[in-house]
Amino acid sequence: MTYALEMQNISKRFPGVVALDRVTLQVGRGEIHSVVGENGAGKSTLMKILSGAYRKDEGTILLDGLPIEITSPQSAIDAGIGTVYQNLNLIPDLTVADNIFMNRFAVRCGVAIDRKATRLGTEDVLGLMGCDISPSAIVADLSVADQQMVAIARVLVGDIRVLILDEPTSSLSPQEAERLFVNMRSLAARGVSIIFISHHMEEIFNVAERVTVLRDGGLVGSWGIGELDEASLVHHMVGREVREMFPKAHVEIGEEILRVSHISVTGWVDDVSFSLRRGEILGIGGLVGAGRTELVKAIFGAIAGRSGEIFLDGEKVAIDSPEDAVRQGLAFIPENRRDEGLLSDFSVEDNIVICNLQKFTRGIFVDRKSCQTVSDRVIREMAIKTPSRQQIAKNLSGGNQQKLVLGKWFLRNPRVIIFDEPTRGIDVGAKAEIHRTIGELAKNGVGVIVVSSELPELMGISDRILTLSKGKLKGEFDRRDFTAERIMLAATA
Amino acid sequence: MKLSFGLLRGTGSLIALVLIVIVFSVTSPVFLELNNLMNIIVQVAVISVIAAGAMFIILTGGIDLSVGGMVALAGVVSASVVRSSGSPALAIVVCLGVALMFGILAGALITYGKIPPFVCTLGIMSVARGLAFVYSGGIPISNFPAAFRFAGAGSIAGVPMMVIIPIVVYAALWVVLNRTPFGKIVYAIGSNEEATQLTGINTRKYKIIVYALAGLLTGLGALMYIGRINSGHPNSALGYELDAIAAVVIGGTSLSGGRGSIVGTIIGALIMGVIGNGLNLLNIDPYYQSVVLGTVIVLAVMIDQNSKNQRA
Ligand SMILES: Nc1ncnc2c1ncn2[C@@H]1O[C@H](COP(=O)(O)OP(=O)(O)OP(=O)(O)O)[C@@H](O)[C@H]1O
Ligand SMILES: [Mg+2]
Repeated sequence: MTYALEMQNISKRFPGVVALDRVTLQVGRGEIHSVVGENGAGKSTLMKILSGAYRKDEGTILLDGLPIEITSPQSAIDAGIGTVYQNLNLIPDLTVADNIFMNRFAVRCGVAIDRKATRLGTEDVLGLMGCDISPSAIVADLSVADQQMVAIARVLVGDIRVLILDEPTSSLSPQEAERLFVNMRSLAARGVSIIFISHHMEEIFNVAERVTVLRDGGLVGSWGIGELDEASLVHHMVGREVREMFPKAHVEIGEEILRVSHISVTGWVDDVSFSLRRGEILGIGGLVGAGRTELVKAIFGAIAGRSGEIFLDGEKVAIDSPEDAVRQGLAFIPENRRDEGLLSDFSVEDNIVICNLQKFTRGIFVDRKSCQTVSDRVIREMAIKTPSRQQIAKNLSGGNQQKLVLGKWFLRNPRVIIFDEPTRGIDVGAKAEIHRTIGELAKNGVGVIVVSSELPELMGISDRILTLSKGKLKGEFDRRDFTAERIMLAATA
Repeated sequence: MKLSFGLLRGTGSLIALVLIVIVFSVTSPVFLELNNLMNIIVQVAVISVIAAGAMFIILTGGIDLSVGGMVALAGVVSASVVRSSGSPALAIVVCLGVALMFGILAGALITYGKIPPFVCTLGIMSVARGLAFVYSGGIPISNFPAAFRFAGAGSIAGVPMMVIIPIVVYAALWVVLNRTPFGKIVYAIGSNEEATQLTGINTRKYKIIVYALAGLLTGLGALMYIGRINSGHPNSALGYELDAIAAVVIGGTSLSGGRGSIVGTIIGALIMGVIGNGLNLLNIDPYYQSVVLGTVIVLAVMIDQNSKNQRA
């Protein structure tokens, strides 16, 4: 049989890295095919070769059995290959409609953009995906989830035979993701071959018919989804047993370190009070849009117009800006890490050093030696996959960029640390490591707040869980009372 | 939201323009007379046409420092052509052609030669100015036939070409920027070049077109310039590159590209003209004019930045 898409023995090298080494990928017509692997395994690189963003060093690509040379993004698009990139690649200053129809505007009289057709086309395709984003909204003003929807919609308006989705669900709510899966299935039923990349095992088992596993740039193998279970798939990915996913060390919980009382943010958070103790991991659950991010941002002073009071070690403190918060020993790791936490044109080392500069200064000079040792330590401890500390941050794989941002905050020795979706886009093996690191922080007496949409993660690492619903505190559970049903119920209250 | 593209951006400059006009109409009785208003437009005509091209370049995230030198070179070359051949048509083609060629050259060096726009156009500025001196031997060439001077000194139905040309240029470019795919691509390149490329757009090609367009507009500016002063001189249009960039920036266009409106640019050029004219009417020392202009540039951009933050 001929495959709709076949990539044979693809190799790609970057300076110091063999990103792909003779990898083969075969996708049938109308098949949903998952490509899985750890952060830095080469998934995105393989997709970028298919989409014309990178040129391959070796190998052949066949579409419906016929060899094809993909030399530029345009040639991939002409061949019917549509790509949703991991880092979205939208044009921030243009409107939603302009982004969707960029390079395929309908024109009237040979020159002028047919604006009505553009608007209607945008509404159509967004409607198909069940979202009501305004076609005239500026993309930079949208939430990450909405931007993700726009990136997908942009590909769906084209006439596609092969659809590449590189971690499309990492910033979607479960409902939005489910909606996407419905769309994927109906596209597949129409004969579109879909390559779907995700770090979420349940999603892969939910939609994929086949999986291809990559490890360190090499091909591990390809299986029908029925031939695998979660444990064996993870084993293929990491090549070893993953130790406990949620290692939970016993930690002495100390006295109260943070108390917030009557926190409100107009439109988002409504009179929330709670306290946090030394060594405690406090989970905050709830649906997307429940106000969790706004709550923690408000505590960190990153949202204007907050009311309510904040006490640290029993003393009332004024936190009106992130600067105040950092001075008081708070740390906040935002959800949107690439935009808010990474200097993408700087080296790995510079990223680590810059947010901790005072640590590395001797007199008026930067202490190069300790910069190097500390960055090497962060790279090792966070298992960041990079050829050296000199690598430019944007050349890291998506998940490794995330690890880098986490790593530099760990250096800060905060009193209270707040994580918003700490393991988004991070592979299963590294997830366990990050959970372990969070546990270590707690053991050292830091108060930890974790916002997460992943219930198993929340239940696995927290000592206590608060649930938010429409901005109100709707439930509080101690570790011994954790059940998925009760927490979900409180979250949807 | 849509409005923010064409109108709201550059509100700072519009407010500034209105305030300045009010101040001058109070302090100087002749300021609002039709004759004087025409004068202002004629004074900023050349800069505004050149600034329109500079704006396209800045929208893509680039910069053009070469316009002053290009006006001088295109000016002296076409002046000598019209003198030696006696054919105004040929001279006009040469004037536009020289500037266009340099625009294409800049675009090609920037895209294919991977030279940063600042450095590339800085080099071209110096080369063009130098060539203008070499070519003319430093001697101005004056007195041209009326047909050659038409763009600078002619008029249609009593309206000077110096008024008509900017209006036509800006109307056309407004349509291009706001209504054509090309315009969207110009914004897109400045906003996120890599993403634009990944949608399958050949961004190099479009950048070269933008530099070529700016070159052409500079050529048109040169034609107006030497037509008006009736002389081609290698020292002409000194400092025009900065005036053009100033007009674009006062008009609210982001120097990092991707954001800005053509309406803002014409307002920016008008602000510069109105200040010069108003201070002249008040008999204020030209050195002070420079101080005032600098202050206005900073203020206009400050107002604009702050109104933008409120939106975000
Ligand atoms: N432009 C580049 N320059 C240098 N190295 C690169 C570049 N792009 C990718 N790499 C390297 O190639 C390897 C594979 O990266 P890739 O982005 O394909 O991983 P991935 O499987 O998509 O990981 P993730 O799950 O984190 O997204 C990584 O080691 C990465 O650092
Ligand atoms: Mg990736």
